[in-house]
Amino acid sequence: MRIELIKRPQHSVLFSALSPFIALLLTLVAGAIIFTALGKPPLAALYTYFVEPLTEVWQLHELAIKAAPLIMIAVGLSVCYRSNNWNIGAEGQFIMGGIAGSLIPILLPGFQNFLTLPLMLLFGFAGGAAMGAVPAFLKTRFNTNEILTSLMLVYVAQLFLDWLARGVFRDPAGNNFPGSIRFPPAARLGEIAPSQGSAHYGIVFAVVAAVLVWLMMRYTIKGFEIRVLGESPRAGRFAGFSSRKMVYFAFLLSGGLAGLAGICEVSGAIGQLRETISPGYGFTAIIVAFLGRLNPLGAVAAGFVLALTYLGGEGAQMALGISDKVARVFQGLLLFFVLGCDTLIRYQVRVVWRGKVKA
Amino acid sequence: MTDAEATTAAPQTLLQVEGITKVFGTLKANDGVDFDIVPGEIHALLGENGAGKSTLVKMLFGSLQPDGGVIKWRGQPVAIVNPMQARALGIGMVFQHFSLFDSLTVAENIALSLDDDIPIRTIAAKAQALSYSYGLPLDPFSMVGDLSVGERQRIEIIRCLLQTPDLIILDEPTSVLTPQEADKLFETLERLRDEGKSILYISHRLEEVKRMCDRATVLRHGKVVAHCNPREETASSLASMMVGTEIHQVVREASQGGPGESLIEIRNLSRPAATPFAMPLRDISLTVRAGEVIGIAGVAGNGQGEFFEAVSGEVLQDAAGSVRLRGKDVGRMGISRRRLTGTAFVPEERLGHGAAPAMALSENLLLSRYRTDQSAFLGPLGTIRSGAVEAASKRVIEEMDVRKSAEDPEAASLSGGNLQKFIIGRELDRQPAIMVVNQPTWGVDAGAAARIRQALIELARSGSAVLVISQDLDELFEISDAIAVMHNGAMSKPVPIAEATYESIGLLMGGSEPGHVAHDEKEVV
Repeated sequence: MRIELIKRPQHSVLFSALSPFIALLLTLVAGAIIFTALGKPPLAALYTYFVEPLTEVWQLHELAIKAAPLIMIAVGLSVCYRSNNWNIGAEGQFIMGGIAGSLIPILLPGFQNFLTLPLMLLFGFAGGAAMGAVPAFLKTRFNTNEILTSLMLVYVAQLFLDWLARGVFRDPAGNNFPGSIRFPPAARLGEIAPSQGSAHYGIVFAVVAAVLVWLMMRYTIKGFEIRVLGESPRAGRFAGFSSRKMVYFAFLLSGGLAGLAGICEVSGAIGQLRETISPGYGFTAIIVAFLGRLNPLGAVAAGFVLALTYLGGEGAQMALGISDKVARVFQGLLLFFVLGCDTLIRYQVRVVWRGKVKA
Repeated sequence: MTDAEATTAAPQTLLQVEGITKVFGTLKANDGVDFDIVPGEIHALLGENGAGKSTLVKMLFGSLQPDGGVIKWRGQPVAIVNPMQARALGIGMVFQHFSLFDSLTVAENIALSLDDDIPIRTIAAKAQALSYSYGLPLDPFSMVGDLSVGERQRIEIIRCLLQTPDLIILDEPTSVLTPQEADKLFETLERLRDEGKSILYISHRLEEVKRMCDRATVLRHGKVVAHCNPREETASSLASMMVGTEIHQVVREASQGGPGESLIEIRNLSRPAATPFAMPLRDISLTVRAGEVIGIAGVAGNGQGEFFEAVSGEVLQDAAGSVRLRGKDVGRMGISRRRLTGTAFVPEERLGHGAAPAMALSENLLLSRYRTDQSAFLGPLGTIRSGAVEAASKRVIEEMDVRKSAEDPEAASLSGGNLQKFIIGRELDRQPAIMVVNQPTWGVDAGAAARIRQALIELARSGSAVLVISQDLDELFEISDAIAVMHNGAMSKPVPIAEATYESIGLLMGGSEPGHVAHDEKEVV
């Protein structure tokens, strides 16, 4: 027996547009089944998970805090994936950005003025970009598979951060707890509306980045180059575009935005460099990018949806006593259904029971 | 003349098609098509690209299902739901584009297509016996990647014959062959006919059809416009049935005046093979002057693609002087900078090389011209002036009479001929001083091909240098001032058109020029 995917001659435009919504719906149905299997009332559980986190203003701030890094990373990844470069290592670039930006307040605690924060953000971007340049170099120089190298570098970054936070950067006055000194106010990313909640300016940067990248993709020759090289590399070479330079551009931009998200998280939401600074934002952002149809503006909407799964997971842990790992289950389900819907809209499945058919 | 009277009087038709209709969206690809094939005839299916030939054949072979009408096999209505069933009935097909694996042997490739599990050794023995009995010698244990295109086609034919079909469908079989190889194929087909097998022969080469086919069915816009005996028609009457109007004949005036200045100068261009299956370039020198069209003939896979890449700058050379365009050494420059010398390039593949399939026509115009027309098409910060690009795209569409279904459709939605007209028009619109074209009319219908050829001649007569690489000898004889031949990565001296004959060019294509490395030990057919 054999299962074949056969390309549909025409695929429905309507269903292509609806695909993310169908995927969301299927995720909710699957979620209800899982909750039932766990012995929880499914509707109440889904309410706790997906609605309750939206009922109060301070919770919306929390949502924005979680959405900011997801959006910023996903915007970079959508450019990267559009150009047919598969950066799976945004988590590592996020961490390196956080580390690079933190160098300033940790190594130069006396340097506190209006330049401190902009320089930190710049360092963050550069740190992420430098981390992204490694798989780009390996791909262009040795033709290695960037999926593997970028993913493996995540573990390098995680362990490097762990070593820093427990070792050289540990706060001497921190009672031997891992973590750097708390950043001085000049090194903190401010809150937008401190009286209502704790959302910092990261979300503003994320939305601005999304709009700028969207403009680039839509209206400039650079965006055209990205799309051509991603869709038909040979036509891109005929046009005179360099796929080698594009590998670097895609990895530096997506790595840089992931690094910027990293330093925003450290200087905004956390306030010090800890041994872990990300609950998997770099991986979740992959889902955000696909749910947003690899469109930077779509990534904004999708970022809020995925941020909700983080909040819902925390809520469900407290209210229902379910492990917050359920959040990862939901994220996985969502990616599974998005990719599944996209595939089934373009292809139909045929089961061949026996015998061979000429391909 | 064969026994045409006898076959028409034969009591039973082999295949009868009645009122077959196939609809794609709003397009009726086949609209009430009727025709029949009797045992022991070669039946031609003629039509322009997009006339519905492929759709019809796919329904006969079970790859597509008709929306209406009846297919009768030996008088019985049948539903052919898949190719496996078609083969079981006794219908075999040889595709235009081969489906062979380069890294497997001939016998392994044949084994892959058979429905039953038969040991490779048995298949090899059968294939060899069959191939010799039809005068198509094949070594079943040689690697497909090492074989010429003609030999690969033999594999397809043998693998079709192994299933002892009663009807063999051949889709444009001679488009990849030298004249001598094609002659060999015709002999085989005539032998098959004499054995009582039927052949459905799809081609746009009218001379072949006239020479070989007993009856012809002509399709236009999905409908049958004529059943005729091709031997009683002239090539031009067949062509006008296909197109609906008289085809505009290409006019080539003799180039006036003495030779112009050398615009393309290629000096000792060599290039090692990039992959095990690629062809190296061996010390190629060629000059093309202003006002002339030089044609490059050759069987597919003899280095034409590699030569085009080297001239266009998609692949760079080591020596800057090996390619000179308008007096400038460009060997180390990329394609954009070569374009800036006033050179235009049209590659062989339309979709995926010359054009990005999923992008709109206007975006595809930008693809090759964003650099040369930078001031017109790009604004500050690299923004695209879409108004200017769309206007230019409209101009090209009008100039070349590109037929399209929407305002600014995706490249992939156009028929091959219309897309090719657009791609050629996109470059002509720049009024290039040099034009390098690979396979200008590959798979393009007769009307569009004539238009493209005329445009190339006019460009040369207006003082540009035009270099045309083509496998279509008729085309090269129609438009070239001189023809050079590529064989095994080397290029012959250009033969002036007045001295060139099909035979002499055909021999060069087979590698007969003295001093050339023999193409392994393959015999020239």
